[in-house]
Amino acid sequence: MKNYIKFLPFLAMGFLSCEPELDNPIDEADFYTAGEADFSNYVALGNSLTAGYADGALYITGQENSYPNIMAQQFAKVQVTNDFTQPLMADNAGGLLLGGTQILSNRRVLAVGANGNPSPQIYSGMLPTTDITNVLSGPFNNLGVPGAKSYHLGFQGYGNIAGVPLGTANPYFVRFASAPQATVIEDALAQNPTFFSLWIGNNDVLGYATNGGAGVDQTGNLDPGTYGANDITDPNVFASVYSSMVTALITNGADGVLMNIPDVTTIPYFTTIPNNALVLDTETAANLTGFFQAVAGIFAQGAIRDGASPQQAQALAAQYAISFSAGPNRFLIDVPVSQMNPLGFRQMTEEELLVLTINQQALTQGYGSVVLTPEVMQVLGLLQQGGQPTPEQAQLVLNAVSGIDDKDALDNEEIENIAVATAAYNATIKGLAQEKGLAFVDIRALINQLANGGIAFDAGTINATFVTGGAFSLDGVHATPRGYAAIANAILESINTTYGSTVPKVNIGNYGTVTLSNDVQ
Amino acid sequence: MKKLLLLTVFTLATAVTYAGGYRVSLQGQRALGMGHTGVAVVNSAELGFFNPSGLVYLENKLNISAGVSAVFSDTVWQNDEFGQMARTDSPVGTPFYLYASYKVTDWLALGLSAYTPYGSSVAWEDDWAGSHLVNNIELQAIYVQALASVKLSKYLSVGGGPIYVNGSVNFNRNLNRTLTDIDGNRSNVTVDASGVAAWGWSAGAMFTATEKLRVGFNYRSEIIIEAEDGDAIFNNIPNSPLTPFANTNFDASLPLPAELAVGLSYQFLDKWLFAFDYNQTLWSVYESLDLDFENPGIPDSENARNYKNSSVYRFGLQFEATDRFTLRGGYYFDESPVQSGYFAPETPRNDSNNFTGGISFNVNDRFAIDAAVLYSRFDEIEASYDFYFENGQAAPFEGIYKNSAITLGLGVSYKL
Repeated sequence: MKNYIKFLPFLAMGFLSCEPELDNPIDEADFYTAGEADFSNYVALGNSLTAGYADGALYITGQENSYPNIMAQQFAKVQVTNDFTQPLMADNAGGLLLGGTQILSNRRVLAVGANGNPSPQIYSGMLPTTDITNVLSGPFNNLGVPGAKSYHLGFQGYGNIAGVPLGTANPYFVRFASAPQATVIEDALAQNPTFFSLWIGNNDVLGYATNGGAGVDQTGNLDPGTYGANDITDPNVFASVYSSMVTALITNGADGVLMNIPDVTTIPYFTTIPNNALVLDTETAANLTGFFQAVAGIFAQGAIRDGASPQQAQALAAQYAISFSAGPNRFLIDVPVSQMNPLGFRQMTEEELLVLTINQQALTQGYGSVVLTPEVMQVLGLLQQGGQPTPEQAQLVLNAVSGIDDKDALDNEEIENIAVATAAYNATIKGLAQEKGLAFVDIRALINQLANGGIAFDAGTINATFVTGGAFSLDGVHATPRGYAAIANAILESINTTYGSTVPKVNIGNYGTVTLSNDVQ
Repeated sequence: MKKLLLLTVFTLATAVTYAGGYRVSLQGQRALGMGHTGVAVVNSAELGFFNPSGLVYLENKLNISAGVSAVFSDTVWQNDEFGQMARTDSPVGTPFYLYASYKVTDWLALGLSAYTPYGSSVAWEDDWAGSHLVNNIELQAIYVQALASVKLSKYLSVGGGPIYVNGSVNFNRNLNRTLTDIDGNRSNVTVDASGVAAWGWSAGAMFTATEKLRVGFNYRSEIIIEAEDGDAIFNNIPNSPLTPFANTNFDASLPLPAELAVGLSYQFLDKWLFAFDYNQTLWSVYESLDLDFENPGIPDSENARNYKNSSVYRFGLQFEATDRFTLRGGYYFDESPVQSGYFAPETPRNDSNNFTGGISFNVNDRFAIDAAVLYSRFDEIEASYDFYFENGQAAPFEGIYKNSAITLGLGVSYKL
């Protein structure tokens, strides 16, 4: 008996090694299936959205919450996968240095001002430390390059540091290109991916859009070498480079997923500042109406003086007799001077949009309507008494009109240009997905849903409202971690449907929204 | 008798499975060997916990029992909808006891006890999926009790005494599911209170029907640990007026619920003893775990618990194999006080079926070594905690839990 006792502890140790085991643990090989897909070597191609860019910058925690990284972590629950590598920045300040000189600014954070109101501000809690002269050695599974357009992914020299000051190279790609002349697509193919995602084309319209359409719609121009940074890419150029990339990626039998391009006019960058934020009281409305009657009168007189018939003059002048009412009124925008609009301004239409970066302080001081100086008031008084202003005084009145600059607004024609190009790109993307049997994700529908009601999660809803909506980061264009998680879920759903896989989604409630910090200047 | 026992065990085992909050039933190796029965068992100074009224029946003048257990307990959790899995890596719990009784006269015995009936140590991986509910918790309560046991008649004795409790708690959780500092480190709070004193009492009675049959009753009062001015340490808080979390003090109260025990013991075939205990732990006192932070700028933390009273059914058998060896075996069914929707991962216990075994080795007439082992079997349980709120909206934390626990106990008994 005594002899048995001394074995008791060993018997017990045998029990102890028995950790609690579930009947169907998810880490067992066959709990989830990859279906017909093989996620063992996943490579993501795209732009800033793929890189995990947010708050106007690229930084580590944003990259960790990039949709490809979120997806890769879920893939790893389904099968044995390679580590998903990303060209991580050096810090969470964002911003880039070139030889010690800052070339791109830090991220934004939500800071509370002296007035108690939170607003996005540039984070200044630490200096940026990511210098693009410090080239990382890859390969990297996440090949998202902030700023890249469709044709950039195959552009030699896009990662050549010598081209950065010239605007021909991309500082982000410089950091991790395998060689200065390597292309993004080459660096993807060199990894022989078993699975890829491609989300490119946003910047082919976005640069044009965020700059208020100041660039050129290059539809019809098939040479992207002649395009400026803020131009719209010709849809045929897009179709050509896009299909050649997809073809190259699937040549070795890889499966993949293609994402389309959202309607950029639904993102907070364009929906936050309403075009009718000119809120007037009754007296000011009346004054402004009076002012524009004066403008119309002065214009008519001038036109008659210049030889127009009174009917012609009145007909043209009528467009300037804009009337304002108490409450919200739409702003005025500058338009090109033309025969039909010789003064070159008009009131905005309901559909037209203002950009997030517009100087809101200026809007409260007459930008978008009239800057009423004492001198102008003097002339108006003179007119009211039936006096005749001098030509200089008349010009003073006309000059007081302060329409919104082209770069701060998207007018109807620009919106139409964007819509036409986006629709063409999306037709290409969907067509290719169908043709090649790839998974397809309608991100456009997803973003529309964010803008119209939102997407529900276990503790509420995320929507496209700036700052508080939870989906968009503080730059009004890119997603928050929670927004990227929602995107990852949509992509996973499409992959599962297409390939018969059962990759689990993520709980988007576990992903954060905007970052709070008062470390700002 | 044996048949009846088996039948009862079987019936219970197939009933709905439900274990016991942070109650740790390891108050004597001899009792533990027999399914932790003892309210009607006159065997050793372990009566100082199970039923002080029985101390006067101990044959020797001085009786001392002491022991310590090692609790190896872990939990695994998974949520297959989102592909999440987590395991605890909990430190080994070491509840202990020390009982001494001295028979002053034939009708009076006095005693002193120290034991640890409540405690918990659960450590999840930091920042795991349920980290907004708990990262880790360490709860300890040491009971010290002075006892008197009086024989009123041949048949009846009573006993009891005041209890002094010294409690401590250390608890860490993340502030919510997403808040971080600029570098993505999760914002969290550690609350720590130690040396919290409280008082209570216990009393029991024992009815000796025949030499062989005893019936016992014992009641231990509820004791509320009122932590005042504990330390609340906030970590990784963003520098923002929107997150005004600064280190402060807190008040909180944690109940150590009352417990009622009734039971019987029956000696048969000379060398055999059967015991049955029924325990009820009055957990319904544990409605909510609330932290009241001193700093008015920090919102108080309210966490619904809403426990219900829970029962434990215990069966034990003892066989005096030789003069040197006594063998014990037992079973108990431990019902969880946690109600549906309130399953929080800081005490992730569901109902359990428990199997025990024990042995005493009499080194000599006075000194014995007592050993016991406890295997707790838990069914897998799909459970959720539905009372975590974000911006007023409930965000349930759900998944499948599975517990395992094994306990090894070693003790000594001395009589003079």
